[in-house]
Amino acid sequence: MSGFAKWRRSEEASGWLLVSPTLVYSILLLAAPLAMVIALSFWTQDYLDLDKTFTLKNYIEAWSEPIYQTLMARSLKISAFVTALTILLAFPVAYYVSFYVPQKRKPLWIFLITIPFWTSYLMRIFLWKVILGYNGVVNGSLLGLGVIEQPLSFILYNQNAVVVTLAHAWVPFAILPIFVALEKIDRSLLEAAEDLGDGPLRRFIRVTLPLAMPGVVAATVIVFIPTIGDYVTPRLVGGPNGLMISNMIELQFKKANNAPLGAALALSAMFLVSVVSLVFVWMNRKYLVGQK
Amino acid sequence: MTDPIIRLSGIDKFYGDFQALYNVNAEIRTGEFFSLLGPSGCGKTTLLRTIAGFEDVSAGHVEIAGQSMDNVPANRRPTNMVFQSYAIFPHMSVAENVAYGLKARKMPKEQIKTAVEAALKQVGLAGYGDRASHAMSGGQRQRVALARALVLKPKVLLLDEPLSALDKKMREQMQSELRHLQRAVGITFILVTHDQEEALTMSDRIAVMFEGRIGQLASPQELYRRPVNREVAEFIGVMNFLNVSVTNGAGGTFDCEIAGLGKATIPAEQAPGGVDASVTAGVRPEMLTILSDENSRSEREASGIVQDVYYYGDMTYYDVQLDGVDHPVTISMRNTAGRTVLSRKDRARVGWGAESVLLLK
Repeated sequence: MSGFAKWRRSEEASGWLLVSPTLVYSILLLAAPLAMVIALSFWTQDYLDLDKTFTLKNYIEAWSEPIYQTLMARSLKISAFVTALTILLAFPVAYYVSFYVPQKRKPLWIFLITIPFWTSYLMRIFLWKVILGYNGVVNGSLLGLGVIEQPLSFILYNQNAVVVTLAHAWVPFAILPIFVALEKIDRSLLEAAEDLGDGPLRRFIRVTLPLAMPGVVAATVIVFIPTIGDYVTPRLVGGPNGLMISNMIELQFKKANNAPLGAALALSAMFLVSVVSLVFVWMNRKYLVGQK
Repeated sequence: MTDPIIRLSGIDKFYGDFQALYNVNAEIRTGEFFSLLGPSGCGKTTLLRTIAGFEDVSAGHVEIAGQSMDNVPANRRPTNMVFQSYAIFPHMSVAENVAYGLKARKMPKEQIKTAVEAALKQVGLAGYGDRASHAMSGGQRQRVALARALVLKPKVLLLDEPLSALDKKMREQMQSELRHLQRAVGITFILVTHDQEEALTMSDRIAVMFEGRIGQLASPQELYRRPVNREVAEFIGVMNFLNVSVTNGAGGTFDCEIAGLGKATIPAEQAPGGVDASVTAGVRPEMLTILSDENSRSEREASGIVQDVYYYGDMTYYDVQLDGVDHPVTISMRNTAGRTVLSRKDRARVGWGAESVLLLK
């Protein structure tokens, strides 16, 4: 028997065979494009011609030009706000489902929480335009109630609108990991805390919250990473001051015909996200100590 | 006698339609080692949790140290609990766990440190304070749970089946340690257990519970020697039951004809529930004697055939079918020097006495 025929029957070979569809998929659609973007970021483009001599010019521009700095800082800021708001909204829901919903109804509640996903993302953003717009639901109601005399203009086409819209879109993703972390808390620990003299609030701060932190950190990472790269929401509800770094990246690739600069910006954003995520992963390891 | 530390009066507990406790009344004395014993689902843990304040009572009152506990939440009761799962906080070190309740009381840091060290020493964990709690073994976690509760100097320490998760050897060691600890600190302990041996060896008094009611509340000796009914007698140790017909019940004694044994006159105190048609005779295995020697005699004798022999070294247990009875009785004999061990199918003479027979309902 030849060496290859033998190898083909080995466990190693069947292992490779099993992962090969995924492997091919990720090489073609993840690794290859990423490699192209990395290569592109060190080149220069003159209209439609690519100059493939190595240069750091794009990175220097990406990190020194005030416009890019502003957009990068704004993206980080908006993402941070979205993440904070999402967690604040998600935690009470997860807490309620875990602690107050009877065991047999929990699957139903979790199912209901996923209902927003049945509508397309784009549709939900447009709905927020309807709600927040100049003649929208919020302004209409407040005018009708006589609370305000002029429609509020600070609620749409700015950063607030981006934060609200993104937070709404990501809340379900944050609820699930927090819910799982809360479910894992042994209820006798809460009784022990009460038995040892803590009232409900102190018990929450000293036991429930620390033990739910792995879920909170997971939710933070899940929300923070994708929102920093979102460009549909800022484009549709952000107005001129609500644009984020991804809108600039799109602009460079398309209208500005400067794909190398776009690539450098994209990789810079990726670098920042990685740094932030690593901080969270490190935090999570600290909290996970002692739990299983 | 000192005043009771805990007074339970008329406690009912409902979970929806299900009634877990029926009119429970009991007084637990200051400084005693008290056990709630019963099969699983008998309500013993529920009763403990109503004392701790984790469950509201549906009716009745809990009084601790003369104070009514109506509307007093668990965190303000002078009780502390050792949970079945120990409930050690996984995100805290051993010392932080023990300090938890003291911090809740806002004790100064220096004092907390001293108290924690003393408590850890008391349970044999001196020097373990900085360990991560998840790195402790089952027995050690239990000690941490004990130290965490005792450091608060509660009036009553509640223990919810604390030994059930330990292996046999560890459990026996902890039983004697708990007993010593209880005497040393002088705090009232209430132990919930389903293990009758554990309850008998550790407790000053035991409440045996069945289906939400206290069947009998007495000292271990009294429970074993004078169970008040068939249910208690069956649950504590081994009891042989034989049919009995009572022929005459006048003048404080009962004239009986016991199946397989014979006639006897039983004093009324050996019939704690009175006598009616449902009464049966109960005899402990060690109260019957196998007369294996030609010369050995007993006041009363019966006879039967050995069905099975269980030899334990120091003891032999026989299943003997008495003449005229369709089920065997268990008889235990100490294997003293020179005593013959009978074999299966041997004919046995069985000695007994009227003073060891109980009439139970």
